[in-house]
This record gives sequence, C-alpha cells and structure tokens, in this order.
Amino acid sequence: MEGVRAGGPYPLPQTPSPIPYSGLSHVDTILQGFISAFKLILALDPELLKIIWLSLQVSGGALLLAILLGLPLGALMALRRLPLRGLILSILNTGMGLPPVVVGLVLYLLLSRSGPLGFMSLLYTPGAMIIAQFILAFPIVTSLAHTAIVNVNPIIRQAARVLGANPWQEALTVIREARYGIITGGIAGLGRVTAEVGSVIIVGGNIAGYTRVITTTIALETDKGNFDLAIALGIILLGLSLLINLALRAIQRLGRTSSGVILWD
Amino acid sequence: MGLSLELAQISKTYNGHEVLQECSWTFEPGLTHVIMGPNGTGKSTLLRICALLEVPDRGRVNFLAGGLPLAPDLALKRRLTLVLPGVGVFNTSVFHNVAYGLKIRGIGSREIEERVGAILETVGLAAKRRQRALDLSTGQSKRLGLARAMVIDPEVLLLDEPTASIDQENSEIIEGIINKIKAERKATIIMVTHDPIQAERLADRLLIMKEGSLLPG
Ligand SMILES: Nc1ncnc2c1ncn2[C@@H]1O[C@H](COP(=O)(O)OP(=O)(O)OP(=O)(O)O)[C@@H](O)[C@H]1O
Ligand SMILES: [Mg+2]
Repeated sequence: MEGVRAGGPYPLPQTPSPIPYSGLSHVDTILQGFISAFKLILALDPELLKIIWLSLQVSGGALLLAILLGLPLGALMALRRLPLRGLILSILNTGMGLPPVVVGLVLYLLLSRSGPLGFMSLLYTPGAMIIAQFILAFPIVTSLAHTAIVNVNPIIRQAARVLGANPWQEALTVIREARYGIITGGIAGLGRVTAEVGSVIIVGGNIAGYTRVITTTIALETDKGNFDLAIALGIILLGLSLLINLALRAIQRLGRTSSGVILWD
Repeated sequence: MGLSLELAQISKTYNGHEVLQECSWTFEPGLTHVIMGPNGTGKSTLLRICALLEVPDRGRVNFLAGGLPLAPDLALKRRLTLVLPGVGVFNTSVFHNVAYGLKIRGIGSREIEERVGAILETVGLAAKRRQRALDLSTGQSKRLGLARAMVIDPEVLLLDEPTASIDQENSEIIEGIINKIKAERKATIIMVTHDPIQAERLADRLLIMKEGSLLPG
C-alpha cells in the first residue's frame, strides 16, 4: 500500500498528526479525510474561507494587473509598428512556459532584505505573491490578446475608418472585435495562477492567516499529515479549475457560433 | 451645394505593377457616376483612394465645396463614406452596426434610436434589429452596409459592387435605396458595378476603367 498516500514526494510526518493513521490503512485515512473535508466545507470553516479569499485576492489581483498592462501592450503590438516587436513576442512566448519556482526564486532574490528591491519590504507579503503571479499571467494575457487582435479581419479596420472613426475609435473597434479571444487569454492566465504553488510559497512564505493560499496550504498540510484541510482545499481548487474551464468553453462557444448572444454593445 | 471630387494624375503601384496610371477625373456634385471595367483593373483601388483609406503614390485627391478645396482632415472624412464590397460587419447586433457611425460622432442616444430605426425600415431590416449581424445572409449584409453608410448622411457616397451576388429583387431594393439617397441628399455618388443594365439605369455619368485610367463610357 505504499504510494497510495496523497502527499507526493513529502516524507511521512514524524510528529503526531491529527489523524492517527498508524492503526488504519491509507485508504481509510483518505476516506476519513474526505469526510472531514466535506464537514469543513459545509460548515464554512472560517480558516478555510480565509484561505480561499486570499487565494482569490492574490490571483485576481495578479490577473487584473496582467490585463491592465498586457492588453495595451498586446494591442499596441498588433495595431502599430512597434520596434523590437518580434523580440518582445519571443520573450512573451518563452514567459508562457516559465516554471513558477524559478519566478519565485528570482523574485525572492530581488525582494530579500539584501536584494536590490529589499527596501520595499515586500517579501513574505500578499503583495509579493501578487507580483509573482502577475509575472506568470502577464505573458499569457499579452500574447493571447496580441494574437486575437492581429487576427481580426483587416476589413473591420477599414469599415471603422470609412464610417468616420478617429484613430482611437478605430483601435477600440478592432480591439472590441477581438474581445472573445482577449477574454480567453484572461481566463487562461487565471487558470495558470490559481493552480500554481511554486512561486507563492517562496515569496509568500506560507504564513498562517497572512500569506497562506489554497495551493500552499495543501502542500503544507499534506506534509504535516493533516489531510482533511488539504483535501477540502483540493476539492475547492478542482472546483475552481472546473469553473474556469467552463467559463473558457462558454466564451469560445460565444465567439465562434451564432448563439445570438452578444457580449458588449 | 454638394461636394465634387477631383482626381489629378493618380498613380498607384502594387508589387511593381502599376494599377493606376496618371488617372484623372472630376466627379461632379450631386451626380451618380458609375464605373465599369474588367476584373483587376483598379476600380476598388480607386475607390479606396477616393475614400482616403489609401494614399496614391503620385497625384492628388481634392474635395471641393463651391470650387474651394477642403483639407483632408477627420471633418472631411466624416462627410464621405465607402460601402466596402465585403461590408465588414461588426460582431454586434444589427442595430449597433448601423448606430456605429452616429455613436463615434458623439450623437445622443435618442437621436440614434430614431435615425437608426428609420434607416432599418428603409432597408427592410427592422425585424432583425436585435439579431447578431454576422448571422445575416449575404444580401441582408449588403443592405446593412448600405444602412450603415446612409445613416451618417454622407455628401459623397462610394459604393463598391453593392449588388454583387444579390438576387434580382434585392438588387432592385438596393438600387431604390441608392436613388433615394441621391434624391434626398443630393449626394455625389461613385459606384462600381459589373452589371451594364444596372449601370444604364443608375448612371448620370458612365465611366470605363481601362489600363489604369478612367475613360468616358
Ligand atoms: N492591397 C493590395 N496589395 C497588393 N496588390 C493589390 C492590393 N489591392 C489591389 N491589388 C492589385 O491591384 C490590382 C487591382 O485591384 P482592384 O481590386 O482595384 O481591381 P478591381 O478593378 O476592383 O477588380 P474587380 O473587378 O475584380 O473587383 C489587382 O491586380 C490586385 O491584385
Ligand atoms: Mg473590385
């Protein structure tokens, strides 16, 4: 029965754990974990809610920043002749595959007390976690926004212009035609950051009640053998993933087919 | 007093091929000019240049009001429009497609409601106003393109094959709309078509595009 344990590479805890697994099989432990997890979820356990809320704030904040900066950059590259556009696109494409732990490590070195940005005292704060996830989401959001806007049929731009649009209105019209693709990029970015643990555990430090988010809590509690909270959060994370994917599919269907539903008049 | 449009020795080259060769013509105010000619002779290119969508390599495009030239600024651009052969339908409702030109001119929503409603009646799309414009048929899309142009009351109306691939009945509807714009607005109209009978019906001036120049037809 070795290897059934839901902890991955973490060693079995040596300290006493809330679940006395010694006398039970691992399957029983997991089952019991599920039962306790559902109790926690149904009871709207305050600790659980706090962790979920922080996760949403960190990932949502990171996504918002990524859209705020990524959409204008993506649009600029798509609509104007920008010097070094090819280079920027290559960097963004590389960034889409950045390992979160590497982002965490580099940001840690920058933010640590002796680092160049140490004076900001951001290490081990939710702010640092937002920056880390922003770095992860930004390339996806920007690159997909660029692709969506570049792929708008050039006739849309001509139509806007002959109907009297000034350069700003013309750009906004083209961007609006690309809205489904842009939203897809936002959702993909959100999917990437809500599920990652590598960067936020390094720069957030997983401090209880302060920088503890869903993924880092799962890692820690699993390590401690405290499966009920870990499983409860795992279920919620899966649920979030499912929601994000459903939203993605819905947006892509809206953009492609004639459902009659029109986003943004 | 309508606008006249003067082309002075326009030349345009694509990939080393000179499509327009020192093409000159004066389009007279309030008249319908119909341009015919074989495929690939530069008719669409000429219309895009007239619409100030493209700049010629050489030569000048002058818009004149009462004999005086106008600066080619946004204000002038908003007095003319081109109905593109592919229309370029925006991914929104029929209503908002037609309202577009008014919205970007900062016109109030009540006036937009009125003017768009009236135009949709004219082009026979009133029942479709809430529908997604991309779902319209080809003929309906062409009428949408015309409605979008009509609603902004252009003084110069450029039409690139407005009845191409349209059935007889809908062609007649579209011709009726063009005649109405001409009668009501005294607009200067320049239209490209491949239908000689239609050209005969609509044209005050018939022109032929040949070897990169316009000739009287
Ligand atoms: N943007 C462009 N880039 C390159 N070549 C172009 C471009 N636009 C037009 N051409 C070329 O210029 C020539 C004239 O094209 P244009 O569309 O003006 O012809 P047309 O008279 O409208 O033909 P049709 O009757 O088929 O519509 C063609 O050979 C075409 O390939
Ligand atoms: Mg043509």
